[in-house]
Amino acid sequence: MSIWINEDSKILIQGITGKQGTFHGTMMIEYRTNVVGGVTPGKGGQKIMLSNKEVEVYNTMSEAIGATNANVSLIYVPARFAASAIIEAANAFQENGGGLIVCITEGIPILDMVKAVANIGKCPDVRLIGPNCPGIITPGDDGGCKVGIMPGFIHSKGRIGIVSKSGTLTYEAVAQTMSVNEGQSTCVGIGGDPVNGTGFIDCLDAFEKDPQTEAIVMIGEIGGSAEEEAAEWASKNMTKPIVGFVAGSTAPEGKRMGHAGAIISGGKGTAQEKFAAFEAAGIYVARDPSEIGNVLVKALKDCGLR
Amino acid sequence: MNIHEYQAKAMFNDSGIKVVKGIHCLSIETALKAYDKLESKVVAVKSQIHAGGRGKGNLYDPESGNLIMEGGVKIAFSRKEVEEYSSAIIGNRLVTKQTGKEGKIVNNLYVESGCEIDHEYYLALLVDRENKSILIMASTEGGVDIEEVAEKNPQAIHKIWADPLEGLLERDSISLATSLGLSGKSHDEMVIMLNALHSMFLEKDCSMIEINPLVRNKSGEMIALDGKVSFDDSADFRHPWRNHLRDLSEEEDVEIRAHEHGLSYVKLDGNIGCLVNGAGLAMASMDVIKLYGGEPANFLDIGGGATRESITAAFEIILEDKNVEGILVNIFGGIIQCDMVARSVIEASKEIGLEVPLVVRFSGTNHIEGKAVLDSSNLNVHTTKTLAEGAEKIVSLTRRDK
Repeated sequence: MSIWINEDSKILIQGITGKQGTFHGTMMIEYRTNVVGGVTPGKGGQKIMLSNKEVEVYNTMSEAIGATNANVSLIYVPARFAASAIIEAANAFQENGGGLIVCITEGIPILDMVKAVANIGKCPDVRLIGPNCPGIITPGDDGGCKVGIMPGFIHSKGRIGIVSKSGTLTYEAVAQTMSVNEGQSTCVGIGGDPVNGTGFIDCLDAFEKDPQTEAIVMIGEIGGSAEEEAAEWASKNMTKPIVGFVAGSTAPEGKRMGHAGAIISGGKGTAQEKFAAFEAAGIYVARDPSEIGNVLVKALKDCGLR
Repeated sequence: MNIHEYQAKAMFNDSGIKVVKGIHCLSIETALKAYDKLESKVVAVKSQIHAGGRGKGNLYDPESGNLIMEGGVKIAFSRKEVEEYSSAIIGNRLVTKQTGKEGKIVNNLYVESGCEIDHEYYLALLVDRENKSILIMASTEGGVDIEEVAEKNPQAIHKIWADPLEGLLERDSISLATSLGLSGKSHDEMVIMLNALHSMFLEKDCSMIEINPLVRNKSGEMIALDGKVSFDDSADFRHPWRNHLRDLSEEEDVEIRAHEHGLSYVKLDGNIGCLVNGAGLAMASMDVIKLYGGEPANFLDIGGGATRESITAAFEIILEDKNVEGILVNIFGGIIQCDMVARSVIEASKEIGLEVPLVVRFSGTNHIEGKAVLDSSNLNVHTTKTLAEGAEKIVSLTRRDK
């Protein structure tokens, strides 16, 4: 098992004919991800070669899902159209048995996301991951299911679930698990925007219920209070060990650190508060990402898992 | 993006939110003309900078550093006082709680008619990350720091949320006005104002509107006596008019230039420059430098689409900071290939004559090739396997007591 995606997931790419869509679509297929089609309004009926696979392009999500039975959609649509792409996907999935939407796009206006997330709320069988995230990956025995922009080759199938707000820091966490001979069940990048879909708690909950996952690495960053809320929730609901790191201990107040959501304002959202919340919740804390591997080993040993 | 109070108030006025009459001035002469034109016995002479705390700030001579005047917002009772205050403000350096020690030179002034205040309130609209909707927050204690109120008297703060799909519901506006203790005309005006502000927030793609103080005057009118408006930069594409409101002197020149190269840069006070791909990893690199006893000089994310040109620009920007005594490059190759970064580092160092110690840590896509490229160059560069080793190395190479 794994969470949300596996080798049987059928993936559509919204924005497949764009540069990003084509490039990453190819990388996904090379990782043996089951890409079943793509959507670009006005380009329906075209066929596009990604790696060695011919993929059909559709005009709308409804049409694409009808033709392919897809249950996952990956969005590479430019920022100004991304929120409507999310809403279109959400409505189409809701009418066709549900699905997962993964939005990679960075720089979507925040009020567009407020609307998109509210629309997702009306679609109980639909989940949104992102935006402004690397996506989600479930490594398999040979390749796997890669729905995003992460480098596939750094992953390996295993028992560690990873959830993170950051892209490259997620890869760092993956490399850390590999350095102590542990693989990953599923890695989820929830993104660094202030308003997004899936949060830490959704991921922790899913990892807790997933039999393949035995421990979790959670990577937060400054801004907002999602880490504190997740820590509080975890202390009451999680039986599996969690290793946590928070980026931005040295970030100054009032300055946005790259991600739209990574900002300390009014003295709130600091890394210190988040680390403290982690510790109070019994989460194993790594102060340095290069230590995640060692801390994970300690957590596994403490729980009799290694 | 932030705008000045005078710009925010013009926007309020256009959106049907009551303000008192005021005139934007760039000189003492125009300030005096504004006073004559306003025909108000009492006027407020207000420094216009993007930072808050102006009223309690101090003005200094930018050259001598001498204190010129206490308070960046003054009430003038005569033409002579307008002259006195505006000459103390324009061209001088205003230091407030929010500007940092270096303060900001005041180029803009706002001269505003007096207002007979009966009570001061606080009002703000912002995007609530946790509830994923627009939060409207008001308090009966205006004119003071909201953080202070939140700490000392949290029951004075009242909150409502706008529904993302239905909009701001009238019953919520009414309940907020009521919980502020407003009645009659003031209550009605408050409900109308909340609606107008919510519409403006949506229409202009704001990220925050803060009115502190919002006042009830002697005749029961509700008036925005101050105004702070920030816009969501991600929505710039649908608001070309924003360019006309932009005050570049308020923005860090180097951050703007970095942005033009697709880089995200924030200057800090330390001596170790950082060049990293990814915002989270860039923050983590700073943190680990600090953990090993060093001080980061900057945050710099080269982004997923970095090229040789943008990496050269990144080095130039890092080295503009004269405090930089060493640079840590930390790349986890995903889309970005480490060997491309390696070649860019070599070319950039030749082009700009890199003299400070350089430590490079590569991981991910083509990291072996990247290391080989650096090793076979004659560049004075140390390569390491992990971020911790890289941070430790650059800290030891730049230690001042070495």
